[in-house]
Amino acid sequence: METSLVLKIAYAALSLFIAFNYGILLGATTYRIRARVQGRLGIRLYQPYLDIIKNNAKRTSISHGIMFYLGPIFRITGGVGTFLFIPMIYGSVVFSNFSFAGDVLLVLYFIFFGQLGMALGAGEGGHPYSAIGVSRGLAQMTAFEVPFTLAIIALAVQHNTLSITEIIAAQQGGILNWSLFTNPAATAAALIAFLGMNMGNPFSVVTAPQEIPIGPPVEYHSNYLGLLQTNRSIFNSAKLILFMNLFFGGATNLIVMIIKTFLIYMITVIIGVAFPRFRVEQSIRFFLVVPTLIGLVGLVIALW
Amino acid sequence: MNTSYQYSYTNIEELLEILVEKGFIAPATEQQHATVIGRRQVQSSDLAFVTVAPEAARHLILDLRDRFGFTHLVLLTAVDYIEEGKFLLTYLLHNYELHHDIGVQVPIGREAAEAGASMESIHDLWAQAGTYQRELKEMFGIDFPGSPRVDEPFILEGWDEVPPMRREFDTKQYSETTYFPRPGRSTNDPADYMRQKLYPKE
Amino acid sequence: MSTDINKEDTQTQQESIRQVVEAMGEYPGAADASDPQLFCEARPKVEKPFRGVFEKFLNWARANSLWVLGFGTGCGAIELRPLMTSRFDASRFGVAGRPTPRQSSVFIIGGYASVKTLKRIVRSYEQMQNPKFVIALGSCTINGGMYWDSYNTINRIDQYIPVDVYITGCMPRPEAILAGFVKLQELIKAGRGEKANEYAEHFDWYKANQKKVIKDWDMPDYNW
Ligand code: SF4
Repeated sequence: METSLVLKIAYAALSLFIAFNYGILLGATTYRIRARVQGRLGIRLYQPYLDIIKNNAKRTSISHGIMFYLGPIFRITGGVGTFLFIPMIYGSVVFSNFSFAGDVLLVLYFIFFGQLGMALGAGEGGHPYSAIGVSRGLAQMTAFEVPFTLAIIALAVQHNTLSITEIIAAQQGGILNWSLFTNPAATAAALIAFLGMNMGNPFSVVTAPQEIPIGPPVEYHSNYLGLLQTNRSIFNSAKLILFMNLFFGGATNLIVMIIKTFLIYMITVIIGVAFPRFRVEQSIRFFLVVPTLIGLVGLVIALW
Repeated sequence: MNTSYQYSYTNIEELLEILVEKGFIAPATEQQHATVIGRRQVQSSDLAFVTVAPEAARHLILDLRDRFGFTHLVLLTAVDYIEEGKFLLTYLLHNYELHHDIGVQVPIGREAAEAGASMESIHDLWAQAGTYQRELKEMFGIDFPGSPRVDEPFILEGWDEVPPMRREFDTKQYSETTYFPRPGRSTNDPADYMRQKLYPKE
Repeated sequence: MSTDINKEDTQTQQESIRQVVEAMGEYPGAADASDPQLFCEARPKVEKPFRGVFEKFLNWARANSLWVLGFGTGCGAIELRPLMTSRFDASRFGVAGRPTPRQSSVFIIGGYASVKTLKRIVRSYEQMQNPKFVIALGSCTINGGMYWDSYNTINRIDQYIPVDVYITGCMPRPEAILAGFVKLQELIKAGRGEKANEYAEHFDWYKANQKKVIKDWDMPDYNW
């Protein structure tokens, strides 16, 4: 029986709501964990909510033009769009979102859509730091797109499908069926690309808070910034769920999803605190060599 | 030692003697005031000051740089001797081989701020002297004709008063009339205050 | 022969560079102050707060999310660093640093401000978005401190921008600064953090004071 479109939209809104809150709490939790490691208490768990409310409650805001205005909107479109085509929980009607037969390709596109829109908007802000941030961001993005796409192609070839749901289905029935074990090379390549996508520490030149104050969004303030923060949490959970679905066997209920995505997120956090920052050309060179070669190996494994 | 330069010396007294002997500076005078031309003072085994006339200063500095090995300009500064109507410029030079310093002091006329005191520029000897000269122009109103960008503001933006380091400029009064002082401020002389605290009976 | 060609090359190069520079106006890339996209001459407006419980709620959020502008003037900047360390940990109070005035809501004047710095302070302050708060650290900001008779350091920062909280001392300890943050939070929660509106209301007075000391006024009157 087909679910009606209205119901589907309601379900998608529900899962979007969950993803948003999950993303925020995940961010706050990792901040607190990091603070505890440094011997501090850290922020309150609900601090990100306050920040978003405060930013939206600013009474004035300035626009530098239409593109500037549209930048955050593109960004959140990218975030929500990515999320909406990823099934959150395998086999659940409520949390399957709008996944369809070719969703891998669409998601691949949507992941980078936000950054491009943001680049246009930030450019119109006119601040030199955002221009630097944008050029670094796009350069790095083109670099990590290569291993990421290779990994996805490897999976598509391996499972002979372009649907995320079918990729999850192929991984069911035991931990050894996960892509992590059936194709470790593709997984490794994708996870390294994921580090770049998160702009976490080894690859954080884009926002480099010390040298080019927070990079692209340097001119964004008030409700623009509120929108960007909202997007960050949605986009974060979307990416985590995507990786869980593609490489770690998906999840059959919310608890499993939370545990798995949390652990995946911890990978980036731990790598982030352990490594210093690459420069742009270093990170590009790195992405185009090590993970790309690993991704090619993954492709070979898939074709075997 | 110090063979690469025309004149070699080993201690600072010897240096001063050579300078007098070769006629670079005038023989010593009895006067010990810093603004008197001919004054010489050895402060320690590696630091001496000589006072020379403005016309001779550039020549002496060039000789010290090229013939005696004082290759580094440590600083260029001025002191306002308002009672004598003079600025005393001090060029402090350093010898990297012996680690000696010599201060060449030059008294120049201290005209009114509008007329402006003036001195020969040494920006062609050390490029960084240009920056010092810009600062002196701004802070004391001493002109160095020909020095690069000497008329541009250095750190003060849009200053339109008497150059602030000149002693006829009353900084307290300027501050009081310009910067909205908060009323009720009282000042304690530290010495008086300590005396009162420690020996209240006296 | 080859040297001649090189010479010609450089000459044509220089010529074309000169043409480009001339076409661009006096300075390449110099901002044109009349360009409405870059500068705004409009006066700030008083932004009416909401009423009742809703505004109380917003104020609570504002009070607990204080983003400090990372602009250190005077000695005070050095005392702000320890705030983020494990000993003082200001993030407990929702205090975080922010590198751009656009996004921050608290401006800490960290001590003496020379006239040159004051100009930048005014610009940064005006670029912050309403509601914004100012904390003034140290005696230098209150009555001039030890620079009270200096020709180049202002005596009272509250003549140029409105101040919410003063913290006395020379230099205040980080504990005192934390106490200042708590005081600021109390003020905001009580609905008294409206100094940005006060600035808009008495805009002419503040501008007159600023222009009295900033002699080379080369910026728009209000740059957002
Ligand atoms: S009050 Fe003291 S510590 Fe603060 S800026 Fe002034 S002199 Fe420095």
